[in-house]
Amino acid sequence: MPNALSIQHLTKTYKNNVQALKDISLDIVKGDFFALLGPNGAGKSTAIGIICSLVNKTAGSIKVYGYDLDKEKDKAKSYIGLVPQEFNFNVFEPVFEIVVNQAGYYGIPRKKAAQRAELLLKQLGLWEKRRDMARELSGGMKRRLMIARALVHEPQLLILDEPTAGVDIEIRRSMWVFLEEINRQGTTIILTTHYLEEAEALCRNIAIINNGEIIENTKMKTLLARLHSETFILDLKENINKVPAVAGYKIALLDSSTLSVEVNKDQTVNEVFDELSRLNLHVTSMRNKSSRLEELFVCLTGNQIKDDAQG
Amino acid sequence: MTLEQQFIAFKTIVVKEILRFARIWVQTIVPAVITTSLYFLIFGNLIGSQLGDINGYSYIDYIVPGIILMSVITNAYGNVVSSFYGHKFQHHVEEMLVSPMPNSVLLAGFVVGGVARALVVGSVVTLVATFYTNIHFEHIFITLAVVILTAILFSLAGFVNAVYANSFDDISIIPTFVLTPLTYLGGVFFSIEMLSTFWQNIALFNPILYMVNAMRYGMLGVSDIDITMAFIIIGVFLACLYGFCLYLLHNGIGLRQ
Ligand SMILES: Nc1ncnc2c1ncn2[C@@H]1O[C@H](COP(=O)(O)OP(=O)(O)O)[C@@H](O)[C@H]1O
Ligand SMILES: [Mg+2]
Repeated sequence: MPNALSIQHLTKTYKNNVQALKDISLDIVKGDFFALLGPNGAGKSTAIGIICSLVNKTAGSIKVYGYDLDKEKDKAKSYIGLVPQEFNFNVFEPVFEIVVNQAGYYGIPRKKAAQRAELLLKQLGLWEKRRDMARELSGGMKRRLMIARALVHEPQLLILDEPTAGVDIEIRRSMWVFLEEINRQGTTIILTTHYLEEAEALCRNIAIINNGEIIENTKMKTLLARLHSETFILDLKENINKVPAVAGYKIALLDSSTLSVEVNKDQTVNEVFDELSRLNLHVTSMRNKSSRLEELFVCLTGNQIKDDAQG
Repeated sequence: MTLEQQFIAFKTIVVKEILRFARIWVQTIVPAVITTSLYFLIFGNLIGSQLGDINGYSYIDYIVPGIILMSVITNAYGNVVSSFYGHKFQHHVEEMLVSPMPNSVLLAGFVVGGVARALVVGSVVTLVATFYTNIHFEHIFITLAVVILTAILFSLAGFVNAVYANSFDDISIIPTFVLTPLTYLGGVFFSIEMLSTFWQNIALFNPILYMVNAMRYGMLGVSDIDITMAFIIIGVFLACLYGFCLYLLHNGIGLRQ
């Protein structure tokens, strides 16, 4: 059974000699919910651009549902739906027309296209806006419009390039629910993000790309299990001026009533609490310092990943 | 894609293109009517009445075919260059590039859009001309063939311009510095027999001369040059431009990094 997507030795050098992709290979199985994670400039959009025929590759080969993108372009293309990183619709075109015309480019008769567009726009909460010009939509609505447009030809493989950047939390959650639902119904989904919670919440498999190279490609669970340590932030009831010592733990004082505690995989949080209780210190609340994936990313690349998504 | 699917994709582009220029008719149709009316009034009526006949036709009758063809050229070119550049500029050409529609269908869609506008404006200009003189078609099918082939040719040329354009300036440079001079020197307002032999030979390198004369042959029955030659030249330019456009699309020049 062919994979939903199979990338072999893909390289891309732009005209300005930037080597955006340095020989990447990737296999994504049918039905997967896959995260392509990496910092800005890692090469995510370049890879997606090549898969979707918007960027010329330098070398390598790509198969979509078994169809080679060079040899059976039509077939391969008809399997893919793309939600690009940047808005790329005609802002002076009404919402409904954008979706129906996109179906037209795939050869879907207008009547059928109109039915599908209605269904999708209703599901994505855009039906009331169908007659509005695209430029009148909010950022989150524009994003959802691109999702509707990408799905109108019922693709087997949906690719989303940073779909929730700049989208507020509530809309983001409802988009997650929507994506999980279509994935459940059988659509393979590939998502790039540098909003880390998103990858962690949604995706089963993950590849990490940095500087045009895939530095990790595994199950999300396996990856998270490899975390050596987790850092917790503890808020104290008391004010202190000296770091409480707990043998074997790295503890730092962030301010007079906040501690950061690094807990290794073979340690437990209990010991820390026991020790703090003995010192008569009371913990009022506790949270993770950063997303677990973020810590992993720092481990793997030595780089801080920039998470500019709000919330 | 099956032929039926290709036809749906083609129709989608054509309808979109026609609606586009129809919606902004004040920018797309009215200007042609105003300029050509002025030509008819000033060159045809006021100045023309002071001039003698050319090849047995009054001056206004002599210039009508060229002026109609000039509006066909400008509008076919202008429609495709501005629409396709707009698609590039706002990136919604990507909607078409990700789809399985063949390049030839994409090209045909834009070209037919340009031809449609050329036909609309050409008809309106012909109508305007009837207010100044009697319009008459000696060879109606030749006239139609010239109009349609010329419209296709300049739609393709507009497409090439849009592919290479990187700014809105780039889409007006060619029309201003190449198209307009070639049209004016293409014998719209004069017969090349009025020129010295030297300039006559130079004028023969101008493809628009052949189209204007073929058009004049269609309407009046007179031409400075052999009509078969005119069709051969139009055909050669058409084939070259068509091939070039497909080459550009195939390699994604100006469209894919
Ligand atoms: N059109 C282009 N021309 C030249 N360089 C580019 C172009 N697009 C992207 N790049 C470069 O390629 C690298 C990868 O970019 P991109 O694929 O957009 O990364 P990401 O989507 O992961 O942020 C970056 O160094 C970027 O500057
Ligand atoms: Mg990107």
